[in-house]
Amino acid sequence: MIAPSKPPLSPYSSKAFQEESKPHTLAVLVDNEPGVLARVVGLFSGRGYNIESLTVAEVAHNELLSRITIVTSGTLDAIEQIMHQLDRLVPVHKVTNLTLEFRGKTVARELALIKVKGRGQVRQEALQLADAFRARVVDASTESFVFELTGAASKINDFVDLMRPLGLVEVSRTGVAAITRGPNEM
Amino acid sequence: MSTAEMTGAQMIVQALKDQKVETIFGYPGGAVLPIYDALYGQNDIKHILVRHEQGAAHAAEGYARSSGKVGVLLVTSGPGATNAITGLTDALLDSIPLVCITGQVPTHLIGSDAFQECDTVGITRHCTKHNYLVRSIEDLPRILHEAFYVAQNGRPGPVVIDIPKDVQFARGDYVWPRHVEHRTYKPRLEGDAAQIERALDLMATAKRPVFYTGGGVINSGPEASKLLRELVALTGFPITSTLMGLGSYPASGANWLGMLGMHGTFEANHAMHDCDVMINIGARFDDRITGRLDAFSPGSRKIHVDIDPSSINKTVKVEVGIIGDCTHVLRAMIDQWKSRKLMADEPALKDWWKQIEIWRGRKSLHFKNSTSVIKPQHAVRRLHALTRGRDTYITTEVGQHQMWAAQHFDFDEPNHWMTSGGLGTMGYGLPAAIGVQMAHPDALVIDIAGEGSILMNMQEMSTAAQYRLPIKIFILNNEYLGMVRQWQELLHESRYSESYSHSLPDFVKLAEAYGAHGIRVSDPADLDAAIQEMIDTPNAVIVDCRIDKLENCFPMIPSGKAHNEMILADDADLELEAVIDAEGRMLV
Repeated sequence: MIAPSKPPLSPYSSKAFQEESKPHTLAVLVDNEPGVLARVVGLFSGRGYNIESLTVAEVAHNELLSRITIVTSGTLDAIEQIMHQLDRLVPVHKVTNLTLEFRGKTVARELALIKVKGRGQVRQEALQLADAFRARVVDASTESFVFELTGAASKINDFVDLMRPLGLVEVSRTGVAAITRGPNEM
Repeated sequence: MSTAEMTGAQMIVQALKDQKVETIFGYPGGAVLPIYDALYGQNDIKHILVRHEQGAAHAAEGYARSSGKVGVLLVTSGPGATNAITGLTDALLDSIPLVCITGQVPTHLIGSDAFQECDTVGITRHCTKHNYLVRSIEDLPRILHEAFYVAQNGRPGPVVIDIPKDVQFARGDYVWPRHVEHRTYKPRLEGDAAQIERALDLMATAKRPVFYTGGGVINSGPEASKLLRELVALTGFPITSTLMGLGSYPASGANWLGMLGMHGTFEANHAMHDCDVMINIGARFDDRITGRLDAFSPGSRKIHVDIDPSSINKTVKVEVGIIGDCTHVLRAMIDQWKSRKLMADEPALKDWWKQIEIWRGRKSLHFKNSTSVIKPQHAVRRLHALTRGRDTYITTEVGQHQMWAAQHFDFDEPNHWMTSGGLGTMGYGLPAAIGVQMAHPDALVIDIAGEGSILMNMQEMSTAAQYRLPIKIFILNNEYLGMVRQWQELLHESRYSESYSHSLPDFVKLAEAYGAHGIRVSDPADLDAAIQEMIDTPNAVIVDCRIDKLENCFPMIPSGKAHNEMILADDADLELEAVIDAEGRMLV
């Protein structure tokens, strides 16, 4: 006889397991000081959260402020915990969940450079598809193109999928940068 | 604000003086020589030379926890820094304010694998609240004072300042800001008024309430303990506390249920399980407290007061989360309770206390005493009885003796109990006792130890000797790594793999080798005399108290079980292995 399955016993269990994990985009404003990125990334690896995309650059030179945009997935509880943990880091000014707090009122964009190799008909086809996706040609040789494409991550995924059979060589992506719509700050 | 030109090393000493630091713990080395030179020939700061940097960190912790001040340690680069890491991690998990100054190789050598170089800020990033690498002399004064601010504000914790040797030699302007306003780090002290109001509504209508308090009350300062006592008296609610929170409410108080958690009392754990309103003040729902999470206090609405927002809803969902400092929130609670003329539900509370009395009647800390062998619980109780009325501070190592000390030594005041709770660091107690004795020169400081743990930082007896610190090491010697052996008995069919303490030193001779007094006792009839001799001896003492070798620590919530599934000493005769199932065995 097979024993009925028991509820999880672990003190580290698990309502989290039953909840659905979804991607969230977090905008984090930090002091641009040495090691700040290592602190943020180390927090994710140390506590077992995953990073799907991460972008960072200085945004206010005079104030030495950098903005980190992180796409991470988790249950609502996990995301809340991630935000608190980020907020606890000493050089962090502000943490905003763009997915939750501004649902549908954010712009998220990513830039990708995509290298495709091929001759003749295939090359022609790649160029036409690029045109349809409004990708720009930033480098060309007789047997290759480098396309620059900006858009939502899903649009880039679609484009890359189309290029694969046409001779995709490699892809370089920036990760997602995101901002709220309208006049207000995050 | 005052300004003066000086070297980096002089700035460090000056900043310590300005921060009113009287004692630091450290160990010199190549990369901190300029700082040691600046310490030479001054009398404001007393430097305690430890024998290992881990000892410096734990001594600073003991100093900080017993005095409420920031603990300071000074160590060299490379091995100096890495040796301190266990202590830093310990302080992080128990929220102890430390400032650790580490030397570093000169800036131009950083990254070259120079002699005694290590990536100190990289290595300590995960075991500190914050850390700094000082790259120029201009940054040094600000960072020094900021480090003290960060260490003690908000949820306290350890802060590392890594200072390259060339920065120690460089000259610059020393500025003392006096008032540090951090750009980003501004912890919130006052609880949200609306949340406090909701909390009090819950408390006033509670039928089976319980206070569950933790180290946050002690970290908040003695005023928080006073206010907690007032609130308990005002409401008449029962109160239990975590290992870290012992002493904030007196063990002799009428509403005291004893410690809760894995080795907590029957009444405390059952009250937690059956309560309808739980008021958590400065505790964090640690896994030693909750036991099996999905069966943790299933019927209660929970209030959680914590200064760290990430503690709220981390493992246990609460109805009312109040972010703030315990002192401020407790005061607001008391003020509102009075001004709104709230009353506890007396008839319901009376029934609740009746139930609690039934649980108390189970006498879960009871043990069978013996006339032929010293029972460890009895030894701790005698220690408590014979030190009553004195200003006594207890430190511990980690293991069975630690739990027996927590269960049987009744603490009536905060800051008198120093133990490694979160990290569970064996070797904590002896150096911590040194730190406590430095902060309280006239007090009686006892490290209740095990024969396993004590050997981990035994070298610090030499420190105690150098500064004539009359610390008392009371070893409950069962010749086993007792807690390991207990778990092997429960989980691994008594296969005592590597848990027997082989080739132990003669602790009496060892004491004498360190210039201390050694006492051995194995007959229960001699116990009181041995303890009295320890107390009356004016210098350091090691007591080798030979106890029952196979005594287990009960009561206990086996891993993977709920609060109402405790095992007590008197049902421990039944097949204990049968109590813990396969999944529970996987847990720590």
